[in-house]
Amino acid sequence: MEYILIFITAIFVNNVVLSQFLGICPFLGVSKKVETAMGMGAAVAFVLTLATIVTYAIQHFVLNPFHLEYLQTIAFILVIAALVQMVEIILKKVSPALYQALGVFLPLITTNCCILGVTILVIQKDYDLLTGVVYAFSTAIGFALALVVFAGIREQLILVNIPKGMRGMSIALVTAGLLAMAFMGFSGVDKGLAVLFGLQ
Amino acid sequence: MNNFKVLMNGIVKENPTFVLLLGMCPTLGTTSSAINGMGMGLATLFVLVCSNVVISLIKKLVPDMVRIPIFIVVIASFVTLLQMLMQAYVSDLYATLGLFIPLIVVNCILLGRAEAFAAKNSPLSSFFDGLGMGLGFTIALTLLGGVREFLGTGKIFNLTVMPENYGMLLFVLAPGAFIALGYLIAIVNRLKKA
Repeated sequence: MEYILIFITAIFVNNVVLSQFLGICPFLGVSKKVETAMGMGAAVAFVLTLATIVTYAIQHFVLNPFHLEYLQTIAFILVIAALVQMVEIILKKVSPALYQALGVFLPLITTNCCILGVTILVIQKDYDLLTGVVYAFSTAIGFALALVVFAGIREQLILVNIPKGMRGMSIALVTAGLLAMAFMGFSGVDKGLAVLFGLQ
Repeated sequence: MNNFKVLMNGIVKENPTFVLLLGMCPTLGTTSSAINGMGMGLATLFVLVCSNVVISLIKKLVPDMVRIPIFIVVIASFVTLLQMLMQAYVSDLYATLGLFIPLIVVNCILLGRAEAFAAKNSPLSSFFDGLGMGLGFTIALTLLGGVREFLGTGKIFNLTVMPENYGMLLFVLAPGAFIALGYLIAIVNRLKKA
């Protein structure tokens, strides 16, 4: 039950893009078409889940025992960069079909702040490994959902006559604002569910 | 190129927020008030200036193949330094900005300037480039924070300008960040043409 609560909260209530402002660059950058948005979403889900497991191990088996917590930022970003490279190489060999689908997006993921952000959050919130993985995976689904919905809206925006100065990024940001407003409607759902599941 | 031109380039012509549209996460995430926006801007300015100078100094020693990881390590080291300094001297601000301080590492402005400017130019002009870009970012964040704070709570820098119950709370919350930045960019676009 606790995992279902984390899942729903991370997707709808505390959506990573629309209420926590992580991963805005890919959110604005690769949201012109629904198909690419789905590819990016899948790639993020894959890498984020893996990165959470690896950084969790680094934190608890390397940084904590040797009292090197202050190296967290450096260690995590290096691990993520290396991991992304490795995933790219392995995918190319093992599953060319999946590589074709996700390949273009993989190098972009290193600088996607939702990866580093979520891995640090998992440590800060002191989750155990399974909870952390569920949290990371649900966050990635939330990212993918926001991205796909936003791409769907932007595809329609092409058909509209927009005032000159607002074209491009400006109207995209206002649209994202309206989408964020829609997601605000979910606030409080997490508390209701917690009561419903008898966790509070 | 003279250093003054490099400095102004970052503030006006290639403003990282309004023109290049880089570093959107901290721009939206930390600008719930003018003070927070300015704090985030100055934090980024510090890392940007330091990393630009160091990268420019070591550019001849770095093999081309591994330059990106090396740049990231340089940036991450300064971010760690900044984290420690902020924790020691401005712990309130550090707590408010929270996660966005370590996330300076993945701010595209830093790696972008390292790659596009510092790796090709002298340490002195890299210093001015970092200063200009950092100031441009700080000004943009302070402006956005000020607009949101004013519309949301009727205050600017915690000084009450209009009664608080006239404020639209929405602008302090998440959607207001997107909408306010969207309109600011539209205004900048309009001014550029004029």
